[in-house]
Amino acid sequence: MKKFSRIIFLIILITCFQYNSNAAEKVEYLKTDWSFKGLFGKFDRASLQRGYQVYTEVCSSCHSMKYLSYRNLTEKGGPEFTEAEAKAIAASFEVKDGPNSDGDMFTRPGKLSDKFVMPYDNVKAAQSANGGAYPPDMSVLVKARGGGVDYIYSLLQGYEDPPIGITLDDGVYYNKFMYGNKIKMANQLSDGLVEYSDGTNATVEQMSKDVTTFLMWAAEPHLEARHKMGFKAIVYLIILTTLVYFSMKRIWSRVKTEV
Amino acid sequence: MSDHEYNPKSKFGKWFNDRLPLLTLANHLTDYPTPKNLNYWWTFGGILTFCLITQIVTGLVLAMHYIAHADMAFDSVEHIMRDVNYGWLIRYIHANGASMFFLAVYIHIFRSLFYGSYKAPREIIWIIGIIIYLLMMAAAFMGYVLPWGQMSFWGATVITNLFSAIPLVGEGIVTWLWGGYSVDNPTLTRFFTLHYLIPFLILGLVVLHIWALHVPGNNNPVGIDIKKPSKDTVPFHPYIVIKDGFALLMFMIVFAFFVFYTPNILGHADNYIEADPLVTPAHIVPEWYLLPFYAILRSVPDKLLGVIAMLSAIFILAALPWLDTSKIRSAVFRPLYRQFYWILVADVLILGYVGAMPAEGLYLLIARVATAYYFLHFLVILPVLGFKEKTLPLPISITEPVLGGSPNLAAAKNREGLKE
Repeated sequence: MKKFSRIIFLIILITCFQYNSNAAEKVEYLKTDWSFKGLFGKFDRASLQRGYQVYTEVCSSCHSMKYLSYRNLTEKGGPEFTEAEAKAIAASFEVKDGPNSDGDMFTRPGKLSDKFVMPYDNVKAAQSANGGAYPPDMSVLVKARGGGVDYIYSLLQGYEDPPIGITLDDGVYYNKFMYGNKIKMANQLSDGLVEYSDGTNATVEQMSKDVTTFLMWAAEPHLEARHKMGFKAIVYLIILTTLVYFSMKRIWSRVKTEV
Repeated sequence: MSDHEYNPKSKFGKWFNDRLPLLTLANHLTDYPTPKNLNYWWTFGGILTFCLITQIVTGLVLAMHYIAHADMAFDSVEHIMRDVNYGWLIRYIHANGASMFFLAVYIHIFRSLFYGSYKAPREIIWIIGIIIYLLMMAAAFMGYVLPWGQMSFWGATVITNLFSAIPLVGEGIVTWLWGGYSVDNPTLTRFFTLHYLIPFLILGLVVLHIWALHVPGNNNPVGIDIKKPSKDTVPFHPYIVIKDGFALLMFMIVFAFFVFYTPNILGHADNYIEADPLVTPAHIVPEWYLLPFYAILRSVPDKLLGVIAMLSAIFILAALPWLDTSKIRSAVFRPLYRQFYWILVADVLILGYVGAMPAEGLYLLIARVATAYYFLHFLVILPVLGFKEKTLPLPISITEPVLGGSPNLAAAKNREGLKE
């Protein structure tokens, strides 16, 4: 079994190397407890629902989420809105459809099967409305940033006055967690900006946490299923490995050698 | 393969076997005499076969849902992750499976280096292995391009651009590879085709690799020739099957941990940003398993020489059976080689580390020293060592120490034990 300690050591070493290489330019991000981390990590349902509210009321005026559909809001492991709630949410959006039998495009209220309505018709429109910067699609945003959820969470709270000596152009803001510290998105969150229906106090910190949780789910909608299956798979493998180990010992006991 | 004749018991079996000797083959595979002193480093052959099959099976399913088009590839991967039943599982197994494959192949290669498995009469096995390794790198590189994220696009741009270093025809070759004047849809579709093809080439070579192995039989930790079958060997089934199975299960636990709990840690975050030819990422880095060669490439200031150095670093391995002049296979009996072996391991790990860092300042200096040492090891140290080194006396057989014999092996084993 000593041999295995070597193998495992090697694996850990390689993982560390990889981890280091990803962490080349690490900033100390703000920390918070994420309910979805760890072997049994699950999303905080209420936080997801609040996060969706922050997304629709604040982010969605500029940021699209093109890979999500309204039906996803009802799915297991997500915000788990009831079907009626999700239908109402979908219906509150105007969706462009068509062409109809006359060949005309028309608008209708959204359905569960519709994708999240995009704030702009195309990238150029988004850029022109935002001083040349394209607000990135948020569907997989937390996976597309090195720091992941901690980065997004910190960024939302990282706005401050620029240090002396740094001048900012019009439409550029200072954020201590942004790469290069210059960001084209203005500070969006302020205490009490949204009114949570469950009575939670909408502090900047709370909203950042909720919306980041929501974005994590958006990027990994099957995270809960993955954690659950992973635990079962690994327990199964450990039991099987143990059984095979003893069978192996038994079989090899016929041979005069160690295994 | 014709160690002994096999006669099927049933009449039909005999009739069939006379026409297609599959039963003889099956019998050969079960009875295949294997040295009984193989340690766990020898289980990675079986693990690698598992990795290859896993990649092929998950890859087939992914190919049913993936769309090889520059405008749709990224979307189709997200479709797999979200809407295909257990698509996330299949894709994470496939993506992490590539890393696991390389982890296992590096252990397999370094086992061979330690125990001198590449030496006569096993040179052909070794060379086929190097070709498999080359094809693996090609498959992995092209597979990484398919999701059409930022790292896919820019990785493909950097690597294909290496061909432009070839004098006179370089630029033409790059245009030909791309199917246009930049990495674009034609590049993606051909990479997809090749990515689909290569695993089957690897599968064929694996058959040859095993065939070539079954002619001389396995090397072993003591590195001496053994008689087959004899007291020194055990039949492949059930002894090696159960041992390989046990090791494979241990490996699968590690594999499962990556797939279920840190599925994205081995990838790069930028690859979740859709490819954009107008935005270059801050650092373009290949996957971890290509980093040592990337470091060698960047440590040479000239582009063409850099490419030559990188390719030589791989092809030099094919010449290893002739560069290593020592008649003794196992490092257990080569006290000096053993030390140089571990220095080489450290050297390659260092190359991997600096490969992930920006090529400047101290990192570049380290990369250059490590690159120089890599070639020094193979071109100078190994050939000279074969003549200069005072090796330890070999035991007569591998049963000898078991039955209470050789003090040499006991001493050697003891030394090994101390290291653990």
